[in-house]
Amino acid sequence: MSVQTMTEGATITATGLRKEFTLSQRSLFRKPPRVVAVDDVSFTVAPGTTLGLVGESGSGKTTVARMLLKLETPTSGSLTLNGHDVLGSQTPEQARTFRRTVQAVFQDPYSALSPRLRADRIVGEPLEAQGVEHAAIDARVAELFDQVGLGREVRHRYPHEFSGGQRQRIAIARALSTNPKMLVLDEPVSALDVSVRAQILALLRSMQERLGLTYVFIGHDLAIVRYLSSMVGVMYFGRMVEIGAASDVLRQPLHPYSRRLVAVASGATRLGDHRITGDLPSPLKPPSGCTFRTRCVYADERCRAEIPRLRVVGSGQQVACHHVEAIRDGVKPETGPLGGDA
Amino acid sequence: MSNLTLSGRERWHRMSRRVRFPWPQGFRPGFGGSLALLFCAVMILAAVAGPALAPFDANESDFAAIMLPPAWLTDGLWEHPLGTDQLGRDVLSRLIVGTQIAMIVAIATSVVAGVIGVTLGLIAGYLGGWADAVISRIVDAFLALPFILMALAFISALGTGVGNILLVLIMTNWAPYARLVRSEVVSIKRRDFVVLAQMAGVSRTRIILRHILPNAANSILVLAVLDVGRAVILESSLSFLGLGIQPPDVSWGLMLADGRAYISIAWWLTVLPGIAIVATVLSFNAVGEKLRVWFDPRGNL
Repeated sequence: MSVQTMTEGATITATGLRKEFTLSQRSLFRKPPRVVAVDDVSFTVAPGTTLGLVGESGSGKTTVARMLLKLETPTSGSLTLNGHDVLGSQTPEQARTFRRTVQAVFQDPYSALSPRLRADRIVGEPLEAQGVEHAAIDARVAELFDQVGLGREVRHRYPHEFSGGQRQRIAIARALSTNPKMLVLDEPVSALDVSVRAQILALLRSMQERLGLTYVFIGHDLAIVRYLSSMVGVMYFGRMVEIGAASDVLRQPLHPYSRRLVAVASGATRLGDHRITGDLPSPLKPPSGCTFRTRCVYADERCRAEIPRLRVVGSGQQVACHHVEAIRDGVKPETGPLGGDA
Repeated sequence: MSNLTLSGRERWHRMSRRVRFPWPQGFRPGFGGSLALLFCAVMILAAVAGPALAPFDANESDFAAIMLPPAWLTDGLWEHPLGTDQLGRDVLSRLIVGTQIAMIVAIATSVVAGVIGVTLGLIAGYLGGWADAVISRIVDAFLALPFILMALAFISALGTGVGNILLVLIMTNWAPYARLVRSEVVSIKRRDFVVLAQMAGVSRTRIILRHILPNAANSILVLAVLDVGRAVILESSLSFLGLGIQPPDVSWGLMLADGRAYISIAWWLTVLPGIAIVATVLSFNAVGEKLRVWFDPRGNL
């Protein structure tokens, strides 16, 4: 089998993704507690574009990434790649195609490369698993090292001989080895020095332009997400609270949570004005209604009673907030936050 | 300051700066460690060359020379540098031949017990679930059994002999390997490079052999070296109790047991094999410890 180039891009569509985790049993007589990590997440990413997912730790963005990579099976919801379901039972051939098409780059470049393997073996491993013959792998690996800007002559070194940024380039080369159409990037630059981040981001962008890749980019730094993303989804406590074109969501955020995220990140306001107080609520006892009501200054009784659905507001972004129009027009009184349980 | 006023340690440091030892990068055994390494090498050499190095046949009795003291004492003869025992057998020759048995038993034990323990540990750690539960409980059970009792039971059921001693030592020594490897695997398999390999569709056997085993190899090697020392003690104890090596084979434990009756008139019959056991065990432990420090990145701080 040779490495064929693919012309057609990848469209990934998630519909109503939900993931529950069962915690270990604490009492013999009680049912083990279940925790909803991701609830009702839907999006479509068009070929050659990037969906940026932002949110604080524990918002479920990494769980979404793991479901896209089939490392976790959603409790419910569907996931399609170019219109084909990827969750149901698959033939070995389909499973191989999926692995070839969707690749990942993770956060920690130190953990991503086995310290005992030479860099060229690491990069060639997905091809080897696909059954490509050795000569073809060697040629492809050398080409990849050139492509990611490391130069082919360093490919026989071991991971400890590379810096963090170089390691992340190796991880990217590995992800690109099978000619994927889609990359899931889970905070690929968060662990890197600030000076190296820009280089890796530029590499990711040029790869996307050259190869027509579809990206799902997970991050918490809005500036970085803005650089790569054509669409941005803001997640809070396992739910998508706002999603739309990057220019809309990041320039004119509408959901109270995204407004504060953007305000804090831009530094436009004095620190403290838009501070998000408190921590995420306990996943064991999720708040009723809108999950953000425990930290939202605009929360009122309706937020306690009713779960807000995503709806189209303004120029096309979707927002999950009951009071979004009133907040945008500045006429919503600050009645929250609303603590307490259901 | 002349060289004579320096302590051995200081002189060693001066010398080791001048002489380049062929140690691998970052491995600094120091004075004690180098001595231990040297001693281990001598022991292994004695085990390989064995009887060829011994001046006498280990079982050759000379009734004209019974219980001769070591050569440097009065009545000692340089013909028998470490003296002779109650049957006129040369103690040095018996120590050298005993080294062979001790090393063969100890090394074979740690290799075979290591292979068994590592395999079970890999299975338990990688598969998890039921395999892990079953293997871990068996490991716990073996670690809880008192060694001497178990050895007594086995030897009385199976009879003595080198093969059975090996069997008993393997039975009692594999469990720590399994426990160590299991815990290593559990932490290694969560690392990204294993997850990425799984995602790429690399087969399970290949992930274990290429990604997990090499990353656990350092700890396994350290445990194996420490285990050699442990096995030397176990074999000597068994032989001392009469459950291990049987005459006419020679073992340090057996020499201790034989010499015990004459300890007041011929101390060299017990002290010399005792020193051999202690020195061997200490050396292997020291080498294992140096290896551990070398492999452990925190140890280099």
